Amino acid sequence: MKLPIYMDYHATTPVDPRVVDAMLPYFTQHFGNPASRNHSFGWEAEEAVETARKQVADLIGANVKEIIFTSGATEANNLAIKGAAEMYREKGNHIITCVTEHKAVIDTCKKLEKLGARVTYLPVQKDGRISLDELQAAITDKTILITIMAANNEIGVLQPIAEIGAIAKAKGILFHTDAVQAAGKVPFDVNQNKVDLASLSAHKLYGPKGVGALYVRRRNPRVLLAEQISGGGHERGMRSGTLNVPGIVGLGAAAALAKAELTTEAARLSAMRDRLNKKLHDNLDEIYINGSMEHRLPHNLNISFAYVEGESLLMGINDVAVSSGSACTSASLEPSYVLKALGAGDDLAHSSIRFGLGRWTSDEEVDYVVEKLTSVVRRLREMSPLYEMVKEGVDLSKMQWVTH
Amino acid sequence: MAYSDKVIDHYENPRNVGSLPKDDANVGTGLVGAPECGDVMKLQVKVNPDTGVIDDAKFKTFGCGSAIASSSLATEWLKGKTVDQALAIKNTDIVAELALPPVKIHCSVLAEDAIKAAIADYKKKQDEKTGAVQPAAQPTA
Repeated sequence: MKLPIYMDYHATTPVDPRVVDAMLPYFTQHFGNPASRNHSFGWEAEEAVETARKQVADLIGANVKEIIFTSGATEANNLAIKGAAEMYREKGNHIITCVTEHKAVIDTCKKLEKLGARVTYLPVQKDGRISLDELQAAITDKTILITIMAANNEIGVLQPIAEIGAIAKAKGILFHTDAVQAAGKVPFDVNQNKVDLASLSAHKLYGPKGVGALYVRRRNPRVLLAEQISGGGHERGMRSGTLNVPGIVGLGAAAALAKAELTTEAARLSAMRDRLNKKLHDNLDEIYINGSMEHRLPHNLNISFAYVEGESLLMGINDVAVSSGSACTSASLEPSYVLKALGAGDDLAHSSIRFGLGRWTSDEEVDYVVEKLTSVVRRLREMSPLYEMVKEGVDLSKMQWVTH
Repeated sequence: MAYSDKVIDHYENPRNVGSLPKDDANVGTGLVGAPECGDVMKLQVKVNPDTGVIDDAKFKTFGCGSAIASSSLATEWLKGKTVDQALAIKNTDIVAELALPPVKIHCSVLAEDAIKAAIADYKKKQDEKTGAVQPAAQPTA
């Protein structure tokens, strides 16, 4: 076993060597511009891009013409939401999203609010899922778009997208989903879920950084988007700019591998995740899982270790790469807004660790992480005034704290 | 984020972790911060009432590595100081000693607050013990 251990696969993934092999010829040998229509260099590049388009479409049950390549999922989310808001502004100006979305969705919606759109941010229930009744109630005759993620990047919770898709369809409202964390990890089909727009990213799928895709439904309904990057009219006019051919080839190869290995990999990872969860619970008291365990990505675990602060925990396991929802680990100095939205209290957000397992995680690594974490949590609890107070029978929620 | 060697040393080998009997009249306890802010420090001093010198200091901290290091360092500095000298410890001294980056200055502020709170608690207890509810009540001879 090699140290350090990477267990932060929701942040990014290494590129699979098979993906690298597929990409390499497109840097030096087949370097053509797919928009060059009159020589073989252009034709080769175009063929490679179309193969990749088919591979991405196959992963999500789409038609090949419905895939628009972008620089990543942030751009795909921007294009879907801003593009739809602009295109359908005659029809309405209301968008429905949710408080636990990725910032690429939330901040895009906030930008549109400044430009006059009205946005409803649905709360989530304790398990991290939205309430379908609250979604129904939020819909107005001005609602043009519902954007709800397929799986959350922090807590791995799967939203009821098939039900959301059905509601949107019945009301004639477009449904966009940020499928970055879900696609290739759990079955995700745009038709079964009645999704009209879906964002994908290569680097969460063992592909390269800097490339992603937006699925844009072409039939029933035919979705139109106002382009956000203007230029040569690439990608059906929705996203101009010379195509990132090696990146796109990498995304295609990564999508094909993810599809081929999805079932076995999901089973392997969920067994390993459950092993991690069980061993931590066997060793430690007062640890709390954040979000639904039933509706969850197979490779995600998000746990709060009560009375221990997340950054100090990460410091103690410095040969293991994981993330924390603690304020001290975020640029904003605020604890995770996703965990706060679950309503469990900010103190538990400060104490949370996100584990993201992946293609190269082993049982041996899981066991190492459990041992290491157990000893650090015990050590820090011995040092924690909160743990001491609780053991003395003090109710922390009734204390008058001197906030600063 | 890179930590200074001194922060890492205090985190890995914290000095004076523990608790002193909080009902002892010679012990002052300071509890500052809040769980929802991500840091809580408990700092205690045991003072020799005859000399006014801090004989012992202990801490427990819920917080990041810099918060743990700030309180650990504070207990180290407190031992052997008089109460008045202890009150002269400034958060900027802690920042300088631990080479804390700007985002961690609040950890040093919290440590200074904890020192002040512990000493205020000690003084309050001493006043209660001597019944010194203040000169106005004292009869003149």
